[in-house]
Amino acid sequence: MTYQFDFAALLPYWREFAMGVWLTLQLSFVATVLGFVLGTLCAIGRSDGAPWVKALVACYVEVIRNTPLLVQIFIIYFGIATLGLHVDANVAAVLALVVNVGAYTSEIVRAGLESIHKSQLEAAECLGLSRPQTYWHVIVRPAIERVYPALTSQYVLLMLASSITSQISAEELTAVANRIQSDTFRSFETYIVVGVLYLALSFVVRIAFWLFGLVVFVRRRKLGTAL
Amino acid sequence: MSAVVSLTNVEKSFGAVKVLNGVSFEVARGEVAAVIGQSGSGKSTALRCINALETIEGGQIMVCGHAVHDPKLDKKTLRRDVGIVFQSYNLFPHLTAEQNIMLAPTCVKGIGKAAARDLAREVLARVGLEAKADHFPEQLSGGQQQRVAIARSLAMQPKLMLFDEVTSALDPQLTGEVLKVMEDLARGGMTMILVTHEMAFARKVASKVIYMHQGTVWETGPGAMLDDPKTPELRAFVGSGL
Ligand SMILES: Nc1ncnc2c1ncn2[C@@H]1O[C@H](COP(=O)(O)OP(=O)(O)OP(=O)(O)O)[C@@H](O)[C@H]1O
Ligand SMILES: [Mg+2]
Repeated sequence: MTYQFDFAALLPYWREFAMGVWLTLQLSFVATVLGFVLGTLCAIGRSDGAPWVKALVACYVEVIRNTPLLVQIFIIYFGIATLGLHVDANVAAVLALVVNVGAYTSEIVRAGLESIHKSQLEAAECLGLSRPQTYWHVIVRPAIERVYPALTSQYVLLMLASSITSQISAEELTAVANRIQSDTFRSFETYIVVGVLYLALSFVVRIAFWLFGLVVFVRRRKLGTAL
Repeated sequence: MSAVVSLTNVEKSFGAVKVLNGVSFEVARGEVAAVIGQSGSGKSTALRCINALETIEGGQIMVCGHAVHDPKLDKKTLRRDVGIVFQSYNLFPHLTAEQNIMLAPTCVKGIGKAAARDLAREVLARVGLEAKADHFPEQLSGGQQQRVAIARSLAMQPKLMLFDEVTSALDPQLTGEVLKVMEDLARGGMTMILVTHEMAFARKVASKVIYMHQGTVWETGPGAMLDDPKTPELRAFVGSGL
């Protein structure tokens, strides 16, 4: 049994692949930023909020962590449609990814918040810092610095998981691949190319996080903490 | 001489345990008071009550004109007048020595970045660490970290400084460099209350020694009282400590 690879058949589709890569990057970028904000707020709410806030966040996190991403995507996509709203598949995809990654982010950031010793808060309080100032300068920033490697892994996973939004025909890389392979009947080659592209994307995302970390966390840069 | 700090019959419990049982003492402007006593006698608790880190159940505490026992106390204004240094330094690990010092002046007093940096350099010079401004806490020895912590408090220009066993985590050599900074401060006229196990230092620097025992002030007097204790408890304590 010999299989004749024919990658040349895919060459005419390079534009589409590129568009798919671009959309995957866009989806992931927006979902990362919004998911980070949502997750951090949830983490603060869960560790320091009113009892009902804590309960609400706990529910949200548990529901998301114990259901498949694909189901969450369908629920959000069809849920929005049922409400009579018309949203673009890409927007629904971002929304679903934000809701999903927000829950995971919140757990990671919460671990960071809890790792900040109470004596740090006391020191800030004694220096006269207000509560929001203490939160920002003494708790959240060092906490995020501490869990930054875990966050990086989570957002690489998010980028990879965004492939599943092809199921609601968001036009990202995997959706593009699905279409190309049915046009060319070159499924194996198509998914090999897509695999390599995702590998490259992961690498790019990791590098981007590393560079961002160097800019934001001065101590990492100075003390040369590896990522 | 006006009292900067006065405690009157202060009472404090943790659950069923009465930790402060009618503590009274005064510290005048420019005075250096050393609080000594066995472990568990309530020294740290008394210090924390002065800075409103603990709320008291009975008695009165006046600090620089603030009624600390008053439930309506504005803690922020109290803490503009009071600096505290802890045994465990509690520097912010993600900030350099200079940034640790600049944080409160910029956040609390609204001083500009450049002025705050000058201020940081100035207080670092006072503790002999101007060369370490850009170092992170983990790049500094324990003694240097503790001196940065002292400088951080000084930058807020407090009228009163509290020290809670600030040398207990340090080896003798590093202890010496921190004590020297505190001695300089005392000479400069700073009002200070220090909880310490360094009897020699208390005897030399303190204008007043407060011996606490079982949640009360058992004996108080000038540094010389350590050479001639009146109560058998202090005699036993001094005997064991030296
Ligand atoms: N937050 C707290 N909760 C419960 N008990 C406490 C708390 N803080 C202190 N205590 C208790 O109060 C008593 C006095 O504590 P404190 O720390 O004031 O003693 P200390 O004189 O400073 O002792 P040391 O020399 O060991 O530091 C101790 O029995 C301690 O166990
Ligand atoms: Mg103590």
